[in-house]
Amino acid sequence: MPTIALLIITFSTAVIGLFIPIRYGNRFAFISSLVVFIYSLYLFVTFPISADYQYVVDYPWIQSLGIHFKIGIDGISILLIMLTTFLTPLIIFSVRKSEPRPRAFYSLLLFMEMALIGVFVSMDGFLFYIFWEIALIPIYFICLLWGGRDRVRITLKFFIYTITGSLFMLVALIYLYLHTPVQHSFDIQALYAAGKSLSARAQSILFWFFVLAFGIKMPIFPLHTWQPDTYTDAPTQGTMMLSGIMLKMGIYGLIRWMIPMLPLGLSQNAEYVMWLSVIGIIYAGIIAFTQKDMKRLLAYSSIAHVGLIAAGIFAFNMQGLQGGVIQMLSHGVNIVGLFFIVDIIQSRTGTRELPSLGGIRLKAPYLATVFAIIMLGAVALPLTDGFPGEFLLISGVFQYENIAGAVAALTIILGAVYMFRTYQNSMLGETSLETDNFTDLTAAEKAVLIPIVIMVILIGVYPNLFLKVSEPAIMKLLSGI
Amino acid sequence: MNTLIILSALGLLALFAEIFRFRKGLFPLILVGLAAAFFFTAKEYNNPQVFFGMMNFDNYAVVFSCIIIIIAFLWFMMAKNYFLQETSVTDHFALILFSLVGAVVMVSFSNLTMLFLGIEILSISVYVLAASDKSNVMSNESGFKYFLMGSFATGFLLFGITLIYGVTGSFDLAVIHTQIAATNEPSLALAGVLLLLVGLSFKSSLAPFHFWAPDVYEGAPTTVTTYMATVVKTAAFAAFYRLFSTCFAGVQGPWTDVLWWMVILTLFVGNVSAVRQKSVKRMLAYSSVAHAGYIAIAIVSIGAASASAILYYTFTYSISTISAFTILFIVSRHKGSKDISAFEGMAKANPLLSFAMTVAMLSLAGIPPTAGFFAKYYVFLTAINHGYTLLVLFAVVAALIGIYYYFRVIIAIYFKPEQQLVPIKVGPLHRTVLIITTILTLLFGLFPNLVLGWI
Repeated sequence: MPTIALLIITFSTAVIGLFIPIRYGNRFAFISSLVVFIYSLYLFVTFPISADYQYVVDYPWIQSLGIHFKIGIDGISILLIMLTTFLTPLIIFSVRKSEPRPRAFYSLLLFMEMALIGVFVSMDGFLFYIFWEIALIPIYFICLLWGGRDRVRITLKFFIYTITGSLFMLVALIYLYLHTPVQHSFDIQALYAAGKSLSARAQSILFWFFVLAFGIKMPIFPLHTWQPDTYTDAPTQGTMMLSGIMLKMGIYGLIRWMIPMLPLGLSQNAEYVMWLSVIGIIYAGIIAFTQKDMKRLLAYSSIAHVGLIAAGIFAFNMQGLQGGVIQMLSHGVNIVGLFFIVDIIQSRTGTRELPSLGGIRLKAPYLATVFAIIMLGAVALPLTDGFPGEFLLISGVFQYENIAGAVAALTIILGAVYMFRTYQNSMLGETSLETDNFTDLTAAEKAVLIPIVIMVILIGVYPNLFLKVSEPAIMKLLSGI
Repeated sequence: MNTLIILSALGLLALFAEIFRFRKGLFPLILVGLAAAFFFTAKEYNNPQVFFGMMNFDNYAVVFSCIIIIIAFLWFMMAKNYFLQETSVTDHFALILFSLVGAVVMVSFSNLTMLFLGIEILSISVYVLAASDKSNVMSNESGFKYFLMGSFATGFLLFGITLIYGVTGSFDLAVIHTQIAATNEPSLALAGVLLLLVGLSFKSSLAPFHFWAPDVYEGAPTTVTTYMATVVKTAAFAAFYRLFSTCFAGVQGPWTDVLWWMVILTLFVGNVSAVRQKSVKRMLAYSSVAHAGYIAIAIVSIGAASASAILYYTFTYSISTISAFTILFIVSRHKGSKDISAFEGMAKANPLLSFAMTVAMLSLAGIPPTAGFFAKYYVFLTAINHGYTLLVLFAVVAALIGIYYYFRVIIAIYFKPEQQLVPIKVGPLHRTVLIITTILTLLFGLFPNLVLGWI
């Protein structure tokens, strides 16, 4: 029941939010997303450390086709639900009062939260696909209606890119479905069994179909070309949603759906994807270093981080997968914090170009401190949230293949280079014309950033709080193949 | 049979309305009559009746008749205002009702002569309706073109029927089915089948027999275009499937190969041409060609699930199309233009229209959770089940092209600067149509069983 409650609360508040008087729109959306967070926190705290799905709900939906409304939560999904419900209130709270058409904006954000939770709890292939696609609609409208100058072209590109991947995934899912025993079924276990029974060749083809779908969403090099434009042009909250939570859909899809289904496809092709991911790490790291626009820089840094996560997952061992899971959390927390800081800078100075910034530390010590902590998290300093994830991921990749591990480890250096450069150019040095009248964080902005800072340190100091939850599920995943 | 009697009686009544001057009361009478027709048709469900070996009201016929009546019901609500401005409203209503009789015959025939009669009853009414905007050159061209090309197609159809008769010695579908497999004139039989295929492809606008469609659709009055894109298409595909599944499912090889290529061609011609259209009406015309391609996938992979795939696809496609055309009709009357620019910036002042149009476009593009997604999904499922995976991959690529032009409309609605903030007036009937179609599109998308389980 708790799983359904999460979906129902988010969906109904999204609908009600459309009709609330505008004055209360913000408060309503924030409080309702906070309620969802508290509820999922309760679920997390009481979550049994077990490899099995909890709170499973199973209703027949389209019985004649073996499609069920089957949802449940296991150790991996609870962490992603936590991430989603933790970030959504912050994202909603970070919306500026001046935003036009606020009610629709909040409703779309809440609707998106529903779809994301749906993706993370689905235990039926068809249901998963539906939620996967539904998540695209609100973010499309968020980018289209509140985005930057070139938004029409860019959001259409984004939409067509992602739906291309999705449709190939649909074909793959149908193919697997038709290989389940008669009275076909979309149940996750049935699909696992069907996938494993296929020949190595068929598995390889399906493997690439899935990689296309999930790889575009994440994105893996060379499927990333939609991403920097979209992140740059989307409104800040849209970018936060995309980078903080939505790209985790792709990673989650790999772990939950693709890998257990296609073990032969994985063993034959993982190496290629691994190398693509590693190339992506280096490539995005180098490009990030040359960016002047802070949002674009963060977009490329996100490609680099996701590349490492993907490499760890395709290494397919305990370290790689656990690292991937914990890194999903910390990347979500960091990137949302960083994008919010960019938004703050942009709203104060009217620019996010590094050369015209500088010296903000002198005017806004709070902001500089918070930025420093989150940035250290992003460059994976020990005791911040980036460290356990990156450490595990690199050791996972290293076990799989030494050279790939060595190349992937360069991300530590590259990450430090471009992040420190960003910090230096924006916070340190002399103030510029734009930053001369910079004011420090307001109470509302602190309210968003302080929880993020707490999470940065909490995950860094005590990662086991989260790792122990996902461990049984990942053990089961590894032993299943 | 009840359906045919009621619809014919309604048609006659509509003609009498002109003579006995109760034009005003005709519209509610028709709606009541259609509701009655629906009721009496639905009563025949699970109670198959055969009439002299000519018509067979099995469940397939009953269900398709029912959805044709539902679509026609929505169509009448949409078209009422348009035809009331004309002098000869009763003639038009009568023509539509008679063409519905043809549609019902087309979904229930069990003899090739009835198929031919059904198609002709349907078509002749529609030829006239296409040219019903008498003072408009485009409309005249449209009617004439449709008539000329339609006659050619009928010729092919007749020729096909003749050859099949020559091979099997019968017009009866069941006899044809048994005879054609055992024939010692396979090439003659194949020629007959292919000619029938050509005739029916014309009616359902499959490429390369689609050339009439864009011009006819664009020239005809919007309401008539809606009728052609929904009822006519539904009936054509129902007849297509009924004929080929009962008669020629056993001799699949050659004609499925031909149809396979035609589907590919249709998908790409329809979708690629739609991309370049400025006029929304013409865009919808090409999109209707493209959708014919998706539906025909279910005929290529002919089998047990094809019937419900076609049923679901035609029904949901018709609903979304009625919605889109209704909005186009309202907007073009308000702005005086059918171009995509007429839709620009209408979101703010017209939330209902914008939302309904968005849902219709999402459904036509096949995005979950709308019905259009499940329709495509089910067709793809049928095709992959029969091993046509490559065809599905082509269809996927075509669907991606489709997203581009459907989204252009959505973008225009929401993004483009406000042209004018005056809300467009929407009459109560149109409002009802839009609410019904939007709700049905979402409802059938979430609960496809409501439609699927019937055949």
